[in-house]
Amino acid sequence: MTWVLDHVDQLLSLSAYHLWLALLPLVLGLLIALPLGWVASRYYWARVILVPAAGLLYTIPSLALFVLMPLILGTLILDPLNVQIALTVYTVALLVRVVADALAAVPATVAAAATAMGYRPVGRFFAVDLPLALPVLLAGVRVATVSNISLVSVGSLIGVHGLGQALTEGFQRDNYAEIIAGIVLIVVLALAVDAVLVLVGRVLTPWARIGGRR
Amino acid sequence: MIEFQAVTKKYDDGTVAVDNLSLTIDAGRITVFVGPSGCGKTTSLRMINRMIDATSGTILLDGKDIRAQHPAELRRGIGYVIQHAGLFPHRTVLDNVATVPVLTGASKAVARKRAADLLERVGLPAELGKRYPAQLSGGQQQRVGVARALAADPPVLLMDEPFSAVDPIVRDGLQDELLRLQSDLGKTIVFVTHDIDEAIKLGDKVAVLRVGGRLAQYATPAELLAKPVDDFVASFVGRDRGYRALGFLSAQGVPIGPVATVALGAEVGQARAELDNGWAVVVDEAGRPLGWVSDQSLSIVEERVGRSDLVSGGSLFDVESGSLRTALDAALSSPAALGIAVDAAGAVVGGVVADTVLKALADARRTGEVPT
Amino acid sequence: MWEWLTNPDNWTKTFGTPGIPQRLAEHLQYTAVAVVIAALIAVPLGAYIGHTGRGGTFVVGMVNAFRALPELGLLILLALSMGVLLAFEAMTITLVLIAVPPMLAGTYAGIRNVDQSAVDAARGMGMREREVLVKVELPNALPLILGALRTATLQVIATASIAAFVSLGGLGRFVVDGLALREFDQMAGAAVLIAALAIVVELVLAGAQWLVVSPGLRAPRSRKRKATT
Repeated sequence: MTWVLDHVDQLLSLSAYHLWLALLPLVLGLLIALPLGWVASRYYWARVILVPAAGLLYTIPSLALFVLMPLILGTLILDPLNVQIALTVYTVALLVRVVADALAAVPATVAAAATAMGYRPVGRFFAVDLPLALPVLLAGVRVATVSNISLVSVGSLIGVHGLGQALTEGFQRDNYAEIIAGIVLIVVLALAVDAVLVLVGRVLTPWARIGGRR
Repeated sequence: MIEFQAVTKKYDDGTVAVDNLSLTIDAGRITVFVGPSGCGKTTSLRMINRMIDATSGTILLDGKDIRAQHPAELRRGIGYVIQHAGLFPHRTVLDNVATVPVLTGASKAVARKRAADLLERVGLPAELGKRYPAQLSGGQQQRVGVARALAADPPVLLMDEPFSAVDPIVRDGLQDELLRLQSDLGKTIVFVTHDIDEAIKLGDKVAVLRVGGRLAQYATPAELLAKPVDDFVASFVGRDRGYRALGFLSAQGVPIGPVATVALGAEVGQARAELDNGWAVVVDEAGRPLGWVSDQSLSIVEERVGRSDLVSGGSLFDVESGSLRTALDAALSSPAALGIAVDAAGAVVGGVVADTVLKALADARRTGEVPT
Repeated sequence: MWEWLTNPDNWTKTFGTPGIPQRLAEHLQYTAVAVVIAALIAVPLGAYIGHTGRGGTFVVGMVNAFRALPELGLLILLALSMGVLLAFEAMTITLVLIAVPPMLAGTYAGIRNVDQSAVDAARGMGMREREVLVKVELPNALPLILGALRTATLQVIATASIAAFVSLGGLGRFVVDGLALREFDQMAGAAVLIAALAIVVELVLAGAQWLVVSPGLRAPRSRKRKATT
């Protein structure tokens, strides 16, 4: 325990870096996945190509992807960009399918009514489809977030050090306190961000709570 | 025969679903439980095969308390048909129907053969057996559900709103099928519905239940229509019940008068000569009615009476199987105020007027045929 | 990288150092053992919880919590506390802990999603509870259960790649060694192999799922009109 108290600063800065490594890919991934998912929800041919491709990418284990990034991107091995780009790829792979399903789940009658009122496709997307797809979308984003935060720790194996450093260092030095601190912090970070997302979801979709639940 | 003795079902939160229900369900007949939502009709039905257990009271099946048997054993001897058929999606239609026989120990081959016979019985083509439930329409799925319930040849059949989820035309067909099957098989059927017309059409006896699970009236459909026991039953049975009650009275005694007929293709002048009271019915070579001609309609016809010159007729009254209701309707819906009576082959045998039908009704009342 | 992959030396055991096939076999072995154990725990438990409906919120909560646990951390903690001799057991426990939550959730969801009128009909025709579960609920839950199995297997393969960090084998060994020796082609080659392994396993399992699941449960793909009454 004393070890933890002695190293609070270090742990905090590692945590911040860890969040940066995990959340930037999330935002980027979401921004990329939205248009891709939208295309997949509208056009059957797009869905048939994109969803299996996404599935294939998601299948590749994280370590493998992290290692392959330098090969594909030409970056140095220890560059944190590898981890971030790999995580972006994961996020996109996960969310394309979620976005496609979420948009497809918007009731066709509502979408038709909106179009009949005079919304153009882009306007309708932001005013009607996206808000209604939000609950399903949010569930997917939560999974992606927690997953990213957990996966960043694997980056330490190739020298990109978020909180994973506490794990690898702790292993090398037989320092249980360090290891446990690392695990606990990662879990806490994940659960905290998840809780924030739930709150954001509630704020953005007030209609989901109104009305009887049977 | 099934007997309810003071059966009550009360839930933990205090709601009473069934309140002191006592009645006897006749063997070999269709008994319908009907009523608004919350009247306990489904609960009562499900107590017969112990899907729900009563809080107090007894249910006897052929004199034996149903609680004496293990529920699963009891249910294997009772057919159960529910609203959305509840077919097993992972099995073929044939294997679905063969479920209970296999469950009770029959070999798969024997069970499948029986299943194939049953599919035919409920009016489905044999090759449907190889398909999966997801490939069938709602009406077809319901028929499979009925076949499945009949597979082990149980003496009792429980049906919980089986036709409510299909469209009205399909529903009519299914109801007729059920009546036909019943005339062949003679099972003890307990049928639940919220539709009073379905209850009247299918039931040999109908039990009307109130919200709160109490029995309002238990009688034959004719009695229900003619003598509802209180305002609730009267309003539940609905409007036009006097008219609908006529459907239960045979029209055997209604006198048929003559009606003027004209053959299709006859000359205009000849047709005019036949008109009686300004109207005549046009028939084909077999004597079947095609439509009417009148004084007015003939004035624009040139030479011969053709199909396009006809005035569309009303409903027909079959003298052999018709009721006072069909006779009255034929008279009322005819443009000539004269209902066309036809024989079993569909050929015109005469005409009937509304007055004579109402007179026949008054006679039936006098002789006691109509419960007063 | 291609030279490393195509070098025949690496495909055989040289001087007692295991080559690619051996590492591959190790990787598969770690995966298979963990997945089987996890399935034996998760499927019956999930089926029971799904069938009786009790404990559902617990399952969902637990699965979410477990997803937040970093596999590396878990592995390291267990390996350290159990000692170097029990590294394989430590890893197996970690892998099982990773595989159980998704399979538990998948089994639970699968059973809950079975058409309730089919379940009601099954009871109504006289099936005992155990028969309802085995003959009706499980076969209909199979798509979701197998889907969860595939997800879990992939996660196990991914985590088994990290096993090398605690001095175990598997394809991850090449990555760790390659990093230590600054032999980048080895790392890259290993990464390609790991990715290929994952994809092949996923395809095989998808094929198996297609074979095992009843054709009646396949979602209608084309706009083929259903029969009318």
